[in-house]
Amino acid sequence: MTVSDLMTQRHELRPRSHAGAAWRAAVAIVSRDVLVTRREIASLLVQTLAQPLFFLFIFGKVLSSVGTTSPRFSVVLLPGIVAFTVFLAPLQALSIDLGRDLSFTREIDDRLLAPLPVTLVALEKVVLAAARGLLAGGFVFPLAYWVLGSSYQVRTDEIGVLIGMMALTSILGAAIGLVMGTIFPITHLSLIFSIVITPLIFTGCLYYPWGSLGVIRWFQVLTLFNPLTYASEGMRSAMVPVQNGAPESLAMAWVVLVLCTSLVLSLGSGLKFFRGRVLS
Amino acid sequence: MTETTRPTAAIEVERLVKRYPKGRTNAVDGVSFAVRRGETFGLLGPNGAGKTTTIGMLTTMVVPTSGRAVVAGVDVVTDHIGVKQRIGVVPQRANVDRSLRVSEILTYHAAYHGVPRRERTARAGELLEELGLEKRSKEKLDLFSGGLQQRVMVARALMHEPEVLFLDEPTNNLDPQSRLFLWQRIRALRDRGVTIVLSTHDMEEADRLCDRIAIMDHGRILALDTPEALKGLVPGGTMLELRARVPEVITLAAAPGDMPSTSPDDRVLAALKQLPGVTGVDRQDGRPQDHRELQASGYRLYADGRDPGTLLASAAQAVIGEQAELLDLRLARPSLEDLFIHLTGSNLRS
Repeated sequence: MTVSDLMTQRHELRPRSHAGAAWRAAVAIVSRDVLVTRREIASLLVQTLAQPLFFLFIFGKVLSSVGTTSPRFSVVLLPGIVAFTVFLAPLQALSIDLGRDLSFTREIDDRLLAPLPVTLVALEKVVLAAARGLLAGGFVFPLAYWVLGSSYQVRTDEIGVLIGMMALTSILGAAIGLVMGTIFPITHLSLIFSIVITPLIFTGCLYYPWGSLGVIRWFQVLTLFNPLTYASEGMRSAMVPVQNGAPESLAMAWVVLVLCTSLVLSLGSGLKFFRGRVLS
Repeated sequence: MTETTRPTAAIEVERLVKRYPKGRTNAVDGVSFAVRRGETFGLLGPNGAGKTTTIGMLTTMVVPTSGRAVVAGVDVVTDHIGVKQRIGVVPQRANVDRSLRVSEILTYHAAYHGVPRRERTARAGELLEELGLEKRSKEKLDLFSGGLQQRVMVARALMHEPEVLFLDEPTNNLDPQSRLFLWQRIRALRDRGVTIVLSTHDMEEADRLCDRIAIMDHGRILALDTPEALKGLVPGGTMLELRARVPEVITLAAAPGDMPSTSPDDRVLAALKQLPGVTGVDRQDGRPQDHRELQASGYRLYADGRDPGTLLASAAQAVIGEQAELLDLRLARPSLEDLFIHLTGSNLRS
């Protein structure tokens, strides 16, 4: 038996079921990403937690200590910081990573040539980026506990809702990151961030509860067009203790409906754009 | 699978067309060819000829506009996954995963293709050794030269034992040493029975490595055959270069004859011109050598490439018959570049 016979035989031994092959490829790609994330965990956390740390310190601690804000502010601020972290970390990571990959490094090619549909490669990226965002979001809590001290107040009876909101928000962030990474060239991304992300953050009810905006009605209506508003408000209703008498908020059904709709739209278009970019 | 059910061709391409959405012409314009199992098949042409697009369609990354392509018995349009399971690709540009170490690049690639853990570790070890990378297997690629990255990509493409290996301009931008190394590896793979499709704009590379070559330009195949047969397509296909020296005494004896046209040089030239099959003879620069009183003359013969052996013999006889001494006789076959110029009227590199 010659070497090529042996090779042929090995080819035939290899399972040819497409679903099986795609599943194994997807698992291998996930394990690759887990390995890389594990190696980069320190820098990942520093990158994603620096901003929440300083926000909590200045707005939650310093400003309330000097009397500029009421101590209660940190309680409504924290859910916004969590929403900000789980939304923005995957969005930025995925869009920059993908933009760079599709523009010049082409490191993704090896995964695109693996035996699985190319949209699954994108979906895996979304899920992993969301998971990393969720991880970073989880770290915000001990960080807040440490920075805020006695002002740290989070209700624990809605923890399931909280985790659900965080997961939904991080997947939404990753899906929007997928859209941005595929439609904008990497050279324009930082400009796009300033044009899109900055307004998104400041109209997203991250730093103020939506109910309190009643006094500026037009702005309150404007914030309703920002999915981040629903994420922040959802987070708030799952985190702010009831006895603090939070102002009226958005109904949970609306929050979930809008977040899910945004997710379906952004993920659907992101996957479509991705396919268009990698297959010519 | 038995021999009878196994498709005979590794690749079958029929009237394959690709027009990019913004393209004014077809990037690939109705090409048809077949690659046999175990064959090394070359796509030779200048940049923009459609080589990379053709390889892109065969590797499922470019969607054909029309036509049909079957790789290892699997249709590239209807069964992406089936094709990807059977092919290995070494791209034109380095695209190695820089977050991973060299050995991990190989093992993860194999994992994507469902190679069991033990097998992929063993195979990565073998390939790293074979490609002279074993000492650097734990490193990341940041400090690797283009040649080393290329080796990693070749090793990676072989990790899942593909039935067909695609190499898109593999030695482009490589230093000469890395190029020679890669050529050796490609020949070794061919000896092992791997079907190889190689695109290049380097005639020497195509000539040395390929069993058959398709010459492409403007999305079409202009000619397809073995390198030897292709070179035979150039009109006046054989070229003979010879140098002879005429002893001084004869030159002097002939000189007083007062007829310059019958100088020994001219007589040799005339004798060569009369040989059967010769279509033209040029005199080369005499380039006097340091051989005492003796002088050398160079000639270049053009002949239709039927039988170079007979031509060699009769040319030698003609020179000796004129009492000149034959210094050098060399058969210069036309290059693929000559053919390319003949087919397109333009240079391959232009």
